[in-house]
Amino acid sequence: MQDYLLLIIAAMFVNNIVLILFLGNCPLVGVTSSMESAFGMGAAVVFVTTLAGTACWIVQRFALEPLALEYLQTLVFILIIASLVQFVEIVLQKVAPPLYRTLGIFLPLITTNCMVFGAAILSIKRDYTFLQTLVFCLAAAVGFALVLVFMAGLRERMEVSGRIPAALQGVPITMITAGMMGLSFAGLLGMAH
Amino acid sequence: MESVLTAVLTLGALAFAAGLLLSVAAKVFYVPVDPRVGQIGDLLPGANCGGCGFAGCLDLAGAIVSGQTPPNACRCASEEANRRIAALIGAVLKEREREVACIFCKGDAAHARLRFRYLGIADCRAAELVAGGDKACAYGCLGLGTCVNACIFGALRMGEDGLPVVNPDRCTACGACVRICPRRIPRLVPVSQKAIAFCSSHDPGKVVKEVCTVGCIACGLCKKVCPENAIEIVSLLAVVDPAKCTGCGKCFEKCPTGIIRPASGEAPARRQAAA
Repeated sequence: MQDYLLLIIAAMFVNNIVLILFLGNCPLVGVTSSMESAFGMGAAVVFVTTLAGTACWIVQRFALEPLALEYLQTLVFILIIASLVQFVEIVLQKVAPPLYRTLGIFLPLITTNCMVFGAAILSIKRDYTFLQTLVFCLAAAVGFALVLVFMAGLRERMEVSGRIPAALQGVPITMITAGMMGLSFAGLLGMAH
Repeated sequence: MESVLTAVLTLGALAFAAGLLLSVAAKVFYVPVDPRVGQIGDLLPGANCGGCGFAGCLDLAGAIVSGQTPPNACRCASEEANRRIAALIGAVLKEREREVACIFCKGDAAHARLRFRYLGIADCRAAELVAGGDKACAYGCLGLGTCVNACIFGALRMGEDGLPVVNPDRCTACGACVRICPRRIPRLVPVSQKAIAFCSSHDPGKVVKEVCTVGCIACGLCKKVCPENAIEIVSLLAVVDPAKCTGCGKCFEKCPTGIIRPASGEAPARRQAAA
């Protein structure tokens, strides 16, 4: 039980997937201009990462490894993630139209998100069991969503503060903020692996 | 050889499974889409310029069908297309006059003073950040052609005098130039507007005279001379109300800096003779 707790803490904070491992940095700037879109993206990523990570684990263990086809990992994982995202989109459109509208453009965007792919690859690399993979992917994605929401909150405040110099408004101050957030998360480094 | 075969078969099987899953899902979870959305999408220009405020032409088509926007919300579609769209959803079209972009500045190199030589990135937005641009006038056109590059319809070009020129036949009033200009110098005016005060400066007359010879000095002569009361001085800038203006041309004669002109932007004959 403690192991899992440690795994969650490590994936969410200590080795945060955006700020420490630098995966999925584009949404960090792209969708964090408002809290609403950051939340939508975060929710979509949590959903897809957990699903895709475990699906990739199953294919890796029961298809690629027995057939000695590990070198096809990248290709196969991309195939799985892309079709899974499509599948989720189709199902959501029918089953939960309000959720579908909230996630909107973010669902197709996740198809090419390196964070989803990274989480799947990492759980294979670290030899996780199925349950560990599930927990790791969920925690890493929640960590990702958390950073997006932090970032959106900061950006919304900066937007209305009116104290950002004209030359730094928009992307520049966002980059600076991201760097500072990365530094603060780096303070946790080494506490868990 | 065998390993290649396994790889091909495995990949093929996985792709087939994924494809099967998707096609079954598409059937099982099929959501009926109003066919009119596609039909309207075909009638719209398909430029995805975003001038209507929606994410693209198909997004607008959906909004038109669901009644969120009037059927002629697209600023770029021809009148014929708008009529057919309105017919498709059974709505009566409210006529709306076509608009075109207009450059509200005539301060070229010969008329407007510069404060320094700008040698930075050739983009008005960048120039604006450098101590507020090289023009002495804080409202004048910086003339680096950011609006020209933003126009996807090829309706803008840089004139010989270093100011953008609008081709009204090509302009669709999508508003891309209006949004991208750091000084909001291009604005949309009705295509029939006859008199326009080609200046954006809200500075008092004394300041305007110091920086530019073709600026609105807010003297109010145009307002006094206009028989239709179509001209107002709003925040030290003459503004012509297109609904009232008849194009009599009295203001062209009276304006001391010659900045109220016919919509073509040509200075009236009197001025040209004087110059």
